[in-house]
Amino acid sequence: MKLLRRLFPHPLLTLLLTLVWLMLVNRFSWNSVIFGFFLGVLIPFVISPYWPGMSRVRHTIKIVEYILVVIYDIMVANVTVARLILFKSNADMKQAWISVPLRLRTPEAITTLAGTITLTPGTVSCDLSSGGHYLLVHCLHAPEPEKVRQGIIDRYESRLMEIFE
Amino acid sequence: MAQIADYLTAVFLVIGGFFGVVGSFGLIKLGDSMSRLHAPTKATTLGVGGVLITSLLHSYAIEGYLSVHELMITLFLFLTAPITALFIAKAHIHRHREDYDLPETGDDTCWAVLEKEEVVAEPLSDSLEDMKPTE
Repeated sequence: MKLLRRLFPHPLLTLLLTLVWLMLVNRFSWNSVIFGFFLGVLIPFVISPYWPGMSRVRHTIKIVEYILVVIYDIMVANVTVARLILFKSNADMKQAWISVPLRLRTPEAITTLAGTITLTPGTVSCDLSSGGHYLLVHCLHAPEPEKVRQGIIDRYESRLMEIFE
Repeated sequence: MAQIADYLTAVFLVIGGFFGVVGSFGLIKLGDSMSRLHAPTKATTLGVGGVLITSLLHSYAIEGYLSVHELMITLFLFLTAPITALFIAKAHIHRHREDYDLPETGDDTCWAVLEKEEVVAEPLSDSLEDMKPTE
């Protein structure tokens, strides 16, 4: 068991690397599965000394759920923002800076949250406070900034809490 | 079957094109740099997404093999787009720190990009000092 742990420090990363290799090859064959798996074992093994605090990710189902939620949000928000750009004059846009308090502590989780916020249109994550406790987010049009902040916390941060911490 | 695939590729191509145009139009129309930053993040998500779905569909239904390179492109775009946006935003805040009324940061001193240069530079120069060969 201990040997297994040492060989596969991050089983999900191994799986991901194998999948990425297969997708890069773009044609299914057992040869590339084996080589992809070899890379998936080798790369985490080699980089683990350089990435000591690498957080272990749990709940694979939750990750899939999170990705689906984000994709759905991207589509809905894209339509909203397209309507804003086309039918709203610049003077009517209520831009807002909001600061999102972070309960997440691992760098990987914060990076994921910041990336998600930028990808969902209408919000761009701009900066982190010096101690890493707040995330600065710019909103294109937010008449109620409090609502946007609560939305980010409920929809993304709570899910990431379950995945990463 | 081929007919349906044709229509579907056309629909996705039009959707992708539409959002691409809206994103680029936003880049011209919006007033200041911070809101302009919102436009490119849009174009990469649904605009490019539509075109990539089209390509996936076309290779599967018409050319007869499944190509998944499009999924890789999506993945890499999703990884790189936020980082570009973050860098532009940070540079912008740094240069226009007086123009904005940024929210408070609670217990932390300030936003990371506005931290005093000495605080950031000191550990770096120390480590450079350490690396100098002693004679």
